[in-house]
Amino acid sequence: MTIRFNDETFRDDYSYHNSPEAIRRFPFPFDKDDYMYSVNMEPHGTGGRAGSVFEKRFDVDEHYVAEMRDRAITLASDPLRCQSLPHMELAGWDLLELIMQCKAEDYPELFQLHRDGDRWHWVNRPLGIEQRFTFLDPTTLPCGPMEYITRQAQGDFAVLDQRENNLWMDAGMVTSQADWSLDFDIGMNFFEWHAPVPKAAEMGIFQRALKFLLAIPQGSPSRRLNWTMTVNPRLDTSPENYHLWGPEKRTITPENVGAKQYLRVELQSFWRLPRSNALAFPIRCYLIALQDLVTVPKWARRLHRVIRDLPDELAEYKGFTVNRQIITDYLAQFDDGKPTSPGIFADD
Amino acid sequence: MTSLMLRVTAAESLTPLVKRFRFEHPRGATLPLFSGGAHVVVEMPDGDMLRRNAYSLISDPQDGSGYEIAVRREDGGRGGSRFMHGGVRPGDQLRVSLPLNLFALDLRARKHVLIAGGIGITPFIAQVRQLLRMQLPFELHYAARSRTEAAGLHLLPDVPHVHAHISDEGNRMDLGAILSGQPLGTQVYTCGPEGLITAVAQSGARLGWPKSALHSEVFQAPPPGRPFEVMLARSGRTIAVGAHQSLLEALEAAEVEIDWSCRGGACGRCETRVVSCHGRIEHHDHWLSEDEQSAQTRIMPCVSRFRGESLIIDR
Repeated sequence: MTIRFNDETFRDDYSYHNSPEAIRRFPFPFDKDDYMYSVNMEPHGTGGRAGSVFEKRFDVDEHYVAEMRDRAITLASDPLRCQSLPHMELAGWDLLELIMQCKAEDYPELFQLHRDGDRWHWVNRPLGIEQRFTFLDPTTLPCGPMEYITRQAQGDFAVLDQRENNLWMDAGMVTSQADWSLDFDIGMNFFEWHAPVPKAAEMGIFQRALKFLLAIPQGSPSRRLNWTMTVNPRLDTSPENYHLWGPEKRTITPENVGAKQYLRVELQSFWRLPRSNALAFPIRCYLIALQDLVTVPKWARRLHRVIRDLPDELAEYKGFTVNRQIITDYLAQFDDGKPTSPGIFADD
Repeated sequence: MTSLMLRVTAAESLTPLVKRFRFEHPRGATLPLFSGGAHVVVEMPDGDMLRRNAYSLISDPQDGSGYEIAVRREDGGRGGSRFMHGGVRPGDQLRVSLPLNLFALDLRARKHVLIAGGIGITPFIAQVRQLLRMQLPFELHYAARSRTEAAGLHLLPDVPHVHAHISDEGNRMDLGAILSGQPLGTQVYTCGPEGLITAVAQSGARLGWPKSALHSEVFQAPPPGRPFEVMLARSGRTIAVGAHQSLLEALEAAEVEIDWSCRGGACGRCETRVVSCHGRIEHHDHWLSEDEQSAQTRIMPCVSRFRGESLIIDR
C-alpha cells in the first residue's frame, strides 16, 4: 500500500481536500437515524475492517504530512498546547513506545523501529526523520518523549494519570481540538474537564464511562466516535484562537454550505500504558465537506435526519445552532425518505 | 480479558506456606511490561471447575522475560491456593491474564512509604524495584510474625530502605513512629490484613494526614460462605452458588456472559443490577458506595454473596 500525501493547508487558503478513497473510508459516526449520547465503546486494535480507519491502530492517511506541518505552526505560536506535568514523563515514554511500535508494525514501508536493548533507532520516511536515542533517557531526544512522538502522529493526545479512582488530565498534545483547551484543563479530573457537556451528567454517562476507563487493561484498547460541525477545514478550533475561527461561522450561505461546512469526527481510543499505568487517549480528527459526504447516499439521508432532529442543547453545545437551518435545508435535497441500512459504513 | 497461555518454569517454596511461581511464554516471547502493584489473574482448571484468582506480580516490572507471583496457601479458602500449591509444577501451562494495576504508585509523591503485613508484601516487591530504578525516595516497612514466615525477605533487595519488623524478635512495627515526621508530599501505601489497613488509617488521621495520601490495596480473594441460589431475570433460570464458589464463578459455570477484570471487588467490571432482593446481600466489595450497598440494588458477583429468601439479578 502506498499513500500519496496531500500538499494542503488547514488555515488561510484552506486547501485541505479528501480524495475519493478518503471520502469512502471516512468514519461516519451515526449508526442510526438519530443521535443521543451513549457509552458507545467498542474494541480497538489490529484486525479492524480492511481499508477503514479502524484497520490500523494509529491510522495514517493522505493528510499525515500536512497535519504535522499544521501542528508545528500551532506549537510555534502557542507552546502551551503541549504540556506534561513532571510525574508524567514515564507515561510519555510509554506513549512513544506504543506509537513507534504500532506504526512500524502496521506501516513497515513508512516507519521503522530498530531496538537494541535501550538503544533505539527510529526512521520516519514521510517526514524525513531519522533518530537514534536511548530509551528512557530524555537527554537523547530533541524534546520530551511525548512531544517528540506526537509531533509525528496525527490527532491530539491526552495522557491521563490514574489515581484516587479517577483520571487526571496531566499531559497532552492538543492542536486539533473541538473547542477545548489543554492549558485550561491541565491537572483536572474526569468530572471537572467534562463539566461543560450538557445532559450527559444527569444521564449517568460519566460515572459509567469512568468505571469502564479505569478498568481498561493492557492489550485491550477501546474506541468510540464523537462528532461536531466545523466551518472550513480547520484543525485548530481552540478557545485560544476563537477570534480566528469563530467569526467564520457567519460566512455560511445556502450557496457555499456544501463546500464550507464540514462534519468533524473524532476517533477516540483508549490505551493502558504498561510502565506508568497511565491511560493514553488519542483523539484523531477527520474532516469532510458536506458536498463530499453527500456523494454517499446513505450518509446524506442519515445526516439530514440526525441534524434535523437533534435536541437544541446539543446543537448549541456543538456550536452550529447559527447555521443549523441552512445545513438542514441543504441536506434535505439528498434525503428521499428511504430507509437506511444499519451500521455506519457506506452501502456497497 | 486478554490472556496468555504461559508455562510454569519454577515453583519454589519460600516458607512453609508461601510458594513462588514463575511463568514464561512457551516460545520465549517477551511478555508485556507492567507497573509496580499490578496483578494478573491466573486460571486454574480444578476438576470440572475453572477458578480464577488474582495475584500481585512480584517480578521486575521492566523484565518481560517472565512473570512471578507468590501464593500463600489458605487452607480455609476456596481452594485456589491449595490448587496452586498441590497441583502446579514446572512444565505445566496455565492461562494468565495481562497485568492490571489497581494499586499503582502516585508518581507525584515527594516520598513513598510502603507498609506491608504478612503476604501483603507482594505488590511492594515490584514497586520497590520500580522505585529503585526511578531513583525515587521511599521506605518499606514489612511486618511479619517470624523470620521463617517472612517470605518477603527472600524477595526484597538488601537495601537500607527496607525495614523488617519481626514481632517474635520483639521488633513490632510502630505506625506512629513511621507516620510522624514524614516530609510533606509523602504518599503511604498499605497492604495486608484489614486490621493493619485500619490502623494506618487511624494513625494517619490522628497525625493529620490527608486521606488522599493514604492508599491501600483493596482487592481480596472472594470469601467462602453459605451456599445460596440466584435467579437470572433474562433467562428465568435459577443457579446454585456453592459454599466455596463465588457468584461470578457460578455464572461462568452456567455459561452466562459477564465481563470481569480484577475478581476482587475493586474494578467494577462485573457490577450487576439487582432486580429484586428478599434478604440481605453480603457486600464484600470496595467498589459500590455505602449508599449503593445499603440500597441492595447492585451486586458485585466476584466477591459478594446473598442470604435470604430470593435474589433476582439482571443477567
